[in-house]
Amino acid sequence: MAPMDEEIEALADALLALDEPGAIAVTRELIEAGADPQVVLQRGLADTMLEVGRRWNAGELFLPEVVAAAEIFRLCNEIVEPALIAAGGRTLGHRVVMATVKGDLHDLGKNMVGAMMKTAGFEVHDLGKDVPAERIVEAVRELEPSIVGLSSLLTTTVPEQRGVLTALEEAGLRRSVKVMVGGAPVTEEWARQIGADGFAPNAPEAVRVALALVGDERLAGA
Amino acid sequence: MVGSERRPLAILACGALAREVREIAWSRGWDADLHTVPALHHLSPKRIPAEVDRRLQELEHRYERIVVVYGDCGTGGALDAVLETRGVERTPGPHCYEMLGGRATLEALRTRPGTFFLTDWLVRNWDRAVVEGLGVGRFPFLRGPYFDHVTHVRYLRRERDPALTERARAVAEFLGCPLEIVDVGLGELEGRLIGLVEGAAPTP
Repeated sequence: MAPMDEEIEALADALLALDEPGAIAVTRELIEAGADPQVVLQRGLADTMLEVGRRWNAGELFLPEVVAAAEIFRLCNEIVEPALIAAGGRTLGHRVVMATVKGDLHDLGKNMVGAMMKTAGFEVHDLGKDVPAERIVEAVRELEPSIVGLSSLLTTTVPEQRGVLTALEEAGLRRSVKVMVGGAPVTEEWARQIGADGFAPNAPEAVRVALALVGDERLAGA
Repeated sequence: MVGSERRPLAILACGALAREVREIAWSRGWDADLHTVPALHHLSPKRIPAEVDRRLQELEHRYERIVVVYGDCGTGGALDAVLETRGVERTPGPHCYEMLGGRATLEALRTRPGTFFLTDWLVRNWDRAVVEGLGVGRFPFLRGPYFDHVTHVRYLRRERDPALTERARAVAEFLGCPLEIVDVGLGELEGRLIGLVEGAAPTP
């Protein structure tokens, strides 16, 4: 195994072991040593998050471990991203506007999805949290994204997702953009009910759905 | 046959409301048995409907009637779908904070979304539910992502227990936010549960 492969494996191991300082240190070493940032991101981080997702679905991991892995992923991604941009990165040519809806300040899930979307090659514009529908409409008008991703964690803020869809409709923008929804209380049934184009229960699945929505079936099925 | 008679009423409640439900049932003199679902299921709300369904299946042959004490609790309507299938009703409301604190809770969430709510249960179980349950103890770096957005702590207090109040202060201190104490007693939960069991109109 080449030395760089060993380091990538060490990064994956540290992330799976939820070793925050270890994962950050290996990521930094890799980037400083000139490793391909796309490889670091994909093989060291994104693939490992897929494994985290698999273990979560299988009941082998619990919430704290998944959230910890997501946060370590985010911190490592912050180190990789500048190198990725400098290297030209892989881009799909699709923009995504993401927001946690009005009244909701929980952005852990949205941040995770945003980071993994970037990894997949989307250009992500994160509007932050507690974002009113009008601001999202404005961003859609300005940025002309392929996808809008809406997140809600609170039962009481989930209806805001419908409000955003209505606002997009009223602004005459609904047909120009695909809308994905997610968040702990959000279900596929709800997504269908409000006329969203996509729903994902977790970040890796969100990337798969997004790729399918922009028509990249090959990548979506990968 | 001896032992085959069904009991009149089962109340299936979230463990976080068990004490309140027990108090209401006792004060009304209901011939009821209380069964609970672990409150920590809230950490993964999508597990709640399946667990409630499993418990209802266990109980339905043993009781004439079952009522459920839960909010939607982040299940996105999935809990209500289960209850509809089983023909069982629950206390109305989105979550226990609203059941205890009433409309003021929803208003606080709307005008001050950084409000973090405490109940007696959460104060008592802070270490189990948050420090261990959310992993903040093992992974201190999660404190920011979980709580950076919190600006105020509102304690929906039922018991004027100095020890609990002191713990609530410690929680607010941990979160670095001012503590506001609102004495809610049994809140709107009382009227809603009585309405459900005795058939009166639920408290709006």
